[in-house]
Amino acid sequence: MENRLTEAEPVVTEKLPPGGGSTVRQIPRSGSPARRRRRWGPILVFLMPATIIYSVFMVYPLLDSLRRSFFNDDGNYAGLDNYDTLFTNPAFSDRFWDALGHNFQFFAFHILLQNPVGLLLAVLLTAQSVRGLNIYRTMVFLPTTLSVVIVGFIWRLILSPLWGVTETVGIDTPLLGEPLTVLPTLSLISVWQWVGIPMIFFYAVLIAIPKDLIEASQVDGAGSWQAFWNITFPLLLPMLGIISILTFIGNFNAFDLIYQVKGVVAGPDFASDILGTFFYRAFFGASGTTGSAAMGATVASVIFLIILVGVLLYMFVWQPRVSTYEL
Amino acid sequence: MRKLMKWTVLAMAFSLIAAACGGDDDGAAATTAAPTTAAPTTEAPPPPTTEPEPEEVTISIESWRSDDQAIWDDQIIPAFEAEYPHINVVFAPTPPLDYPAALQTRLEGGIAGDLITCFPFDRSRELYEDGHLAPLNDLDGIAGFGPSAQNAWLSADGSTPYCLPVASIIQGFFYNVDAFDELGVSVPETEGEFFDLLQTILDDGAYTPIGIGLSEWEAEHILFQNIGANYWKGEEGRLALIGGEDKVTDQEYLDTFATMARLGPYMHPGASGIGYQDGKILFETGQAAIYPGGSWEISGFDENADFEFSAFRTPRPDGQDSCYIVDHIDLAIGLNPASSNAEAARTFLSWAATPGFAGIYTGALSGFFSLQDTPVEYNHPVAQEFVSWRQDCGSANRTGYEALDSGEPAFPIELREVSNAIILGNMTPQDGARRLQDGLDSWYTPGG
Repeated sequence: MENRLTEAEPVVTEKLPPGGGSTVRQIPRSGSPARRRRRWGPILVFLMPATIIYSVFMVYPLLDSLRRSFFNDDGNYAGLDNYDTLFTNPAFSDRFWDALGHNFQFFAFHILLQNPVGLLLAVLLTAQSVRGLNIYRTMVFLPTTLSVVIVGFIWRLILSPLWGVTETVGIDTPLLGEPLTVLPTLSLISVWQWVGIPMIFFYAVLIAIPKDLIEASQVDGAGSWQAFWNITFPLLLPMLGIISILTFIGNFNAFDLIYQVKGVVAGPDFASDILGTFFYRAFFGASGTTGSAAMGATVASVIFLIILVGVLLYMFVWQPRVSTYEL
Repeated sequence: MRKLMKWTVLAMAFSLIAAACGGDDDGAAATTAAPTTAAPTTEAPPPPTTEPEPEEVTISIESWRSDDQAIWDDQIIPAFEAEYPHINVVFAPTPPLDYPAALQTRLEGGIAGDLITCFPFDRSRELYEDGHLAPLNDLDGIAGFGPSAQNAWLSADGSTPYCLPVASIIQGFFYNVDAFDELGVSVPETEGEFFDLLQTILDDGAYTPIGIGLSEWEAEHILFQNIGANYWKGEEGRLALIGGEDKVTDQEYLDTFATMARLGPYMHPGASGIGYQDGKILFETGQAAIYPGGSWEISGFDENADFEFSAFRTPRPDGQDSCYIVDHIDLAIGLNPASSNAEAARTFLSWAATPGFAGIYTGALSGFFSLQDTPVEYNHPVAQEFVSWRQDCGSANRTGYEALDSGEPAFPIELREVSNAIILGNMTPQDGARRLQDGLDSWYTPGG
């Protein structure tokens, strides 16, 4: 989840003269074919290091992991046997469907809570009348910069039945110990940590919206609610899509917080087990049992497919329907 | 000119990539190259003598006992190096939870240490069968271990030992002696007395009767194993479960679970949210009167508890005369066949088979008991208390960690979740036992 910032498209905030937006970005196609060919040289040179490193350390391991899911642990071709085990052997399939369900709950908390709250905070931050905006902005963003190990540790202390504050505020359930409460609690901890990311993204879009648009609507008689829904929100939609897909990817790859707080067995009785911890147990084993590289690769491949479907839906269903506006 | 620059950049890019991808080859080249360049700056090589001095070597030990770093560094290694000055030993532990996976990865990558600390039973047998542990038939001193000690580290046909047994641990119940005196209660012998005692402590209200966390492994490792050993008659029952003569749905397991469920109300109300370390702190800070645990806690309690503590063995079920304690053979050391200093490593292993090593190790590490046939004196009174139980009671390894843990669903993990749920009252003993037996039936064939 840390790499959200780097993965995201930078928000284009430069203001262009009316009508000039499209021509400025176009690459001029003048010049002879020879000169054009010569331009490829530097482009290739500059692309090469990243491409090669990315291929060797990302693409190749990914493909090899996919390949490995079709082989057993002795290295013999096993066809779809591993997938058959994963989906039909109750020892794996029960855990898998549980973990997938928990992952969707985890995701639901983020999409329904983290992103709307992030948007709300961003809108509040753009309000002119609030003093000390920078302080608030920094405070909300601060947990994002903390290591998950620290976040997990702090929250375990806060919620500890021994010296935590839950009893003081009238909660006598050990929130991280009961099957019903453990996953919502972990989700909320994660929301608390990451809410700064959607906030800062939305904030960047909001401050780029020219004031004259809002002012013009007010002249036409729109209230601030109408101005938000009819002007600001449509302009935020592309960013909402980007944040949603990054949340999706981050949540379905999630592992660290649960591992830190509940360990790889993700108790009590697997109530906080998500695909990441399930994968860890399948691959490395846990509590004195041995994992299986083949089953681990199979689980990893399924996680990859789930995320791939999500990304494809975003690219081919959401993106074409959302119009972006040059401001 | 421009062309020249272009090629220079390209060449630089490629050399960067080559450096990044070189990996092991570069590392090897660097290490072999280092002595030739470094030699002139360091001290001059010793003048050639006619008597060839043994070449100085360094061996490293893989372990999960990161708690023991100080004892190894301050006591064990200096004692060994005093006898064998040309061998440097490095104790390089990995935190317990990461150890199995990290060790496996290092062994497969060929970068593991020379000596490997071995878990008992299947985990190490798999390493041996994959060729990651060397056979130790001809090691000096390996014969000084009885079959019960060596049993956990023998090849399937029983002929080849692959780890040198080092230590076992004994489990029981620690108690706060001051608190017991204050309340005027004494150590229980039977389960009936035990529950009376717990009720007395609870009614008094000054102490939580049992301090233990239930969010990790203790319910299974400690309570299930401690209480159950009496019901399934120690090793006899453990082997019968492996052999398939006994089922988890049999009466002795249901009784064990029922007793565990009765303990629930005497624990901290937030026990399900308390982890292993916090459970110990409950006892160490004097909030809890009893801590179910194992002898490995002695040195920690020595350091952190400012009251007198001792231990009592698991109370017998009412009407039963025999008693069984968990005396789990826990730790051994094996040799990495890929070691480039195998001779030095074997020298260390032979030394670890001597009473000298056992004396330092079990003396410094109160609560670990030597597996050598030669008896060892234990200094700590609580360690003496633990080891004294061996005279009257039968011994048992923890059940479930041989054979039953090598399939899916793994018995120990299921056992852990079921034990927690039963104590918390989220599951009945019958449902728990059914789930465990169904899990075993789905993959395990006794004797197969």
